[in-house]
Amino acid sequence: MSNPAAAYWRENIRLVSILLVIWFVASYLFGIILVEPLNTIKIGGAGLGFWFAQQGSIYTFLILIFVYARKMNALDRKYDVHED
Amino acid sequence: MTDLQLWTYGVVTATFVLYIAIAIWARAGTTGEFYVAGKGVHPIANGMATGADWMSAASFISMAGLIAFKGYDASVYLMGWTGGYVLLAMLLAPYLRKFGKFTVPEFIGERYYSQTARIVAVICLIVASITYVIGQMKGVGVAFGRFLEVEAETGVLFGMAIVFVYAVLGGMKGITYTQIAQYCVLIFAYTVPAVFISMNITGNPIPQLGLVSTMGDGSGTYMLDKLDQVVTELGFAAYTEQKGSTLNMVLLTLSLMIGTAGLPHVIIRFFTVPKVRDARASAGWALVFIAILYTTAPAVGSMARLNLMNTIQHGPVGEPTANLEIAKVPQWMTNWNTTGLLKWEDKNGDGRIQYYNDANETFAAKAEAFGWKGNEMTKVDRDIMVLANPEIANLPNWVIALVVAGGLAAALSTAAGLLLAISSAISHDLLKGVFMPNISEKNELMAGRIAMAGAIAVAGYLGMNPPGFAAQVVALAFGLAASSIFPALMMGIFNKRVNRTGAVLGMLTGLLTTLVYIFVYKGWFFIPGTANLPNTVDYWLFGIQPESFGAVGALINFVVAIVASKLTAPPPAHIQHLVEDVRVPKGAGVATGH
Repeated sequence: MSNPAAAYWRENIRLVSILLVIWFVASYLFGIILVEPLNTIKIGGAGLGFWFAQQGSIYTFLILIFVYARKMNALDRKYDVHED
Repeated sequence: MTDLQLWTYGVVTATFVLYIAIAIWARAGTTGEFYVAGKGVHPIANGMATGADWMSAASFISMAGLIAFKGYDASVYLMGWTGGYVLLAMLLAPYLRKFGKFTVPEFIGERYYSQTARIVAVICLIVASITYVIGQMKGVGVAFGRFLEVEAETGVLFGMAIVFVYAVLGGMKGITYTQIAQYCVLIFAYTVPAVFISMNITGNPIPQLGLVSTMGDGSGTYMLDKLDQVVTELGFAAYTEQKGSTLNMVLLTLSLMIGTAGLPHVIIRFFTVPKVRDARASAGWALVFIAILYTTAPAVGSMARLNLMNTIQHGPVGEPTANLEIAKVPQWMTNWNTTGLLKWEDKNGDGRIQYYNDANETFAAKAEAFGWKGNEMTKVDRDIMVLANPEIANLPNWVIALVVAGGLAAALSTAAGLLLAISSAISHDLLKGVFMPNISEKNELMAGRIAMAGAIAVAGYLGMNPPGFAAQVVALAFGLAASSIFPALMMGIFNKRVNRTGAVLGMLTGLLTTLVYIFVYKGWFFIPGTANLPNTVDYWLFGIQPESFGAVGALINFVVAIVASKLTAPPPAHIQHLVEDVRVPKGAGVATGH
């Protein structure tokens, strides 16, 4: 299992797993499961839980995809599997 | 002709001329151009086209209305319809782009070395896409009917003709460039009224900030607090409070996310970019363009609700003169009343309208003491909120005209993407893949065009004669995509061990359990009267509504596929190599679609 293709794939899985944990936390945990306790903290007129459900989760998703794209491009170069 | 009609005709005609001009410029000459725009679309351009492809009449017209009336609970749509792009970007899009073929069923058929798997995928794709396209055509009819005062049928015919020109001529290439134009029209149309309204209510021109700002009246009260106060004073549930069960909200969000990532008309947009790394970036850009609308929608929904409540109840609750006089209803209410989407009835004969929650017993008792005899807003259709919003806020006529053009752009761009998914499944997967493998490229292109024309005719017919179940079937589209297509694609990339038997059994069990769960509550094949159980929370399994079951179906699909694959022989060596090849970007572009 020490061949470069397997190592590349392991690093990829690791990165995606970390990003998907954040994806889960921002939407399901902050936006739904913990909405009530978080709503005691306010962002302007909105409770933090409400804000994550209607605004914050979407901003988080955006950041996650661009981080993923950047990190994967770097990973492609590290293992020399990038295009052209 | 009134000034408003003149504006509306002018703006709508100008956008349609633009779409047709683009269609003539972007004609398709090869199957590669027809199916995937020659794989030459810039990732930002593709992101914009994906935004228009994804944001349908439902996103543009219905979503803010849903938010207005459901408040916090509507967050599931906001998160569900955006979070799917994270899954798409990290789990599917780059790998399917590397695979480098034309359609979604083609990947499933080759990865699982099975025509059966490919045909199951084609059926799911066609059912999901057709059900989706009916809603778009209906939306076109409604927009024409209300604002251009033509029959809904004429409106649908007109929409069909426009889509016909650019989709049949240009295929994916024509669709891509018109979708870019349509995105610009729809996002401008959505944000301009939102800015005006946010400015009016909170004094902050940025709707995303207006949502969390204080009222512009100098009272220092936050807009959301004010809204909570206004609705609860009339017996409605607080806007920002959770009403549904947590489990159901989690599953509904998950079903919408997985369904989004599994909808073929969205996935095929990522086949049009030149490289694997472009597919990754393009998913991010798509979400940027989608997020502009999706983060604006909560402001539009909440402020529209506040405007509506304040129009009808303009003074303290209970004071006889604090309600809107029927003789003085604003013009927009009269306009929507003629469409039948907004109705009121003076039950207590006081010449004024009382709008309150008469199902709330505590408040109903109070209302009786005021001399109120039931809620007098007998119908407030959610779908009118976005369209009526500029009128409610007294915005200039050109803004209203723009909103009509935006609604049409949203509906037409999504319809075109769906129609392409359907026609490529017919001409490429069924005709070339199964029935006539030796068909020439020229004939396949012709077949694609004929399939497209046929699909437009079917969609138009269903748009004019929407089956009674049209509103129910969105659950079906997402349920099918979530329970059958997404798991098959994901396991095809991430689990080398899943074989033909596992994939076919997994897709079928995921699909069938989801269908049965939907049919049990919504009627078999949506035929009225055939439901086995009432569609209410008391009868749902663990409180899971039929719309939320796609995630459970997907889980069943994963488990069955993995277990069945373990019990049978692993996939042949060349399939394992195919998976290894799909996992690395190097070599993309070499693999062609033929």
